[in-house]
Amino acid sequence: MRHLMNPLDFTTEELDRLFDLANDIEKNPAKYAHACEGKKLATCFYEPSTRTRLSFESAMLSLGGQVLGFADASNSSAAKGESVSDTIRIISCYADICAMRHPKEGAPMVAASKSSIPVINAGDGGHQHPTQTLTDLLTIRSLKGRLNNFTIGLCGDLKFGRTVHSLINALVRYDNIRFIFISPEELKVPDYITEMLKEKSIPYEEVIRLEDCMPQLDLLYMTRVQKERFFNEEDYVRLKDFYILNKAKMEPAKKDMLVLHPLPRVNEISVEVDDDPRAAYFKQVQYGVYVRMALILTLLEIQV
Amino acid sequence: MLNVGKIEEGFVLDHIAAGKSLSIYHHLQLDKLDCTVAIIKNARSNKMGKKDILKVECDINMLDLDVLAFIDHNITVNVIKDGKIVAKKELVLPREIKNVIKCRNPRCITSIEQELPHIFVLTDEQKEIYRCKYCEEKCDVRF
Repeated sequence: MRHLMNPLDFTTEELDRLFDLANDIEKNPAKYAHACEGKKLATCFYEPSTRTRLSFESAMLSLGGQVLGFADASNSSAAKGESVSDTIRIISCYADICAMRHPKEGAPMVAASKSSIPVINAGDGGHQHPTQTLTDLLTIRSLKGRLNNFTIGLCGDLKFGRTVHSLINALVRYDNIRFIFISPEELKVPDYITEMLKEKSIPYEEVIRLEDCMPQLDLLYMTRVQKERFFNEEDYVRLKDFYILNKAKMEPAKKDMLVLHPLPRVNEISVEVDDDPRAAYFKQVQYGVYVRMALILTLLEIQV
Repeated sequence: MLNVGKIEEGFVLDHIAAGKSLSIYHHLQLDKLDCTVAIIKNARSNKMGKKDILKVECDINMLDLDVLAFIDHNITVNVIKDGKIVAKKELVLPREIKNVIKCRNPRCITSIEQELPHIFVLTDEQKEIYRCKYCEEKCDVRF
């Protein structure tokens, strides 16, 4: 039995198989419509995340399976003080697979260690959010046809943004990737990431202004400055509007550049960019469902 | 110079950084063992200037070498039998340490689930970096 805690749990070959399956689901949804009949997915969300939870639920329903779960810790036995280890033992009796989001880092790993069903980390604090990374990779691979030979700009909160850290770690396994980190001084990518890039001789640049690097980019990954990652309200207010991508800033970009965003956005991408053919963030949401469908099938070892 | 008698069977931990012997005494849980222990602080050392030494009269198997290696793998462990050094144990950094240090990340699951063991995993042997098994926070405690 396998779990998914970290995007690096899968080798690049395994990821290729997963993405091939996701692309096949995209092309032939009817073929998979009953693949999970009689199977149940438990979505255990200890902190609210409507989009990720609904993406998982939509994935399971599209496979003909059923879903149960909770959307908030206050509606669960955690409010009565039950441990994650105990909760997962109970959930294992109710469902065939579990997607868990928890504000505490490492909670899904604790659950996996006690679980008799596959556990998917659906986000644990500022630590990992592997299905977002799989979504990002599938989007890039599907729309660009490859996962190598890119200059990728990552913009916004690169300090606390777990999706950014996970994506960097996932992309360094592919050839000829160059990173450009675009952030204010306070939200720079952590040292351990730049140290890792130096060790692997992977080129990177750190810039403050988005305009300084736009023409070089094949991909632009925008992020939101998340209030919940700050201990201090003042810092959040000061930094939240640092980057706003608008039509004018898109002007010097390559004609086939893709703009990605893990969503939800607040105001960091102006709505006027939505109609630009390079805006791929809503397609990304759809790929998120396909990749979760492929993941559920893979972890449940269901062949179609 | 202070003289401490030799031991017949047990071990001598030599080249402990000066002032660290008491912390090692506690981490090895020597306070819980019913055996003779000599703690020598600030002994003269050609190599280190000053050093601490611990002499313990007990079976070598009672010593948790992993914990000791994590604390300081430069410590020399001399195994004593019949009053003589019969072996020198080499300390290697353990792959994993359990319940020696606590994760200080307030966002880590160990901060709310008290019964969980605090496990740190060696992620970079060269730089001697340990990370929490759950949240991957770097261990910032060195002894």
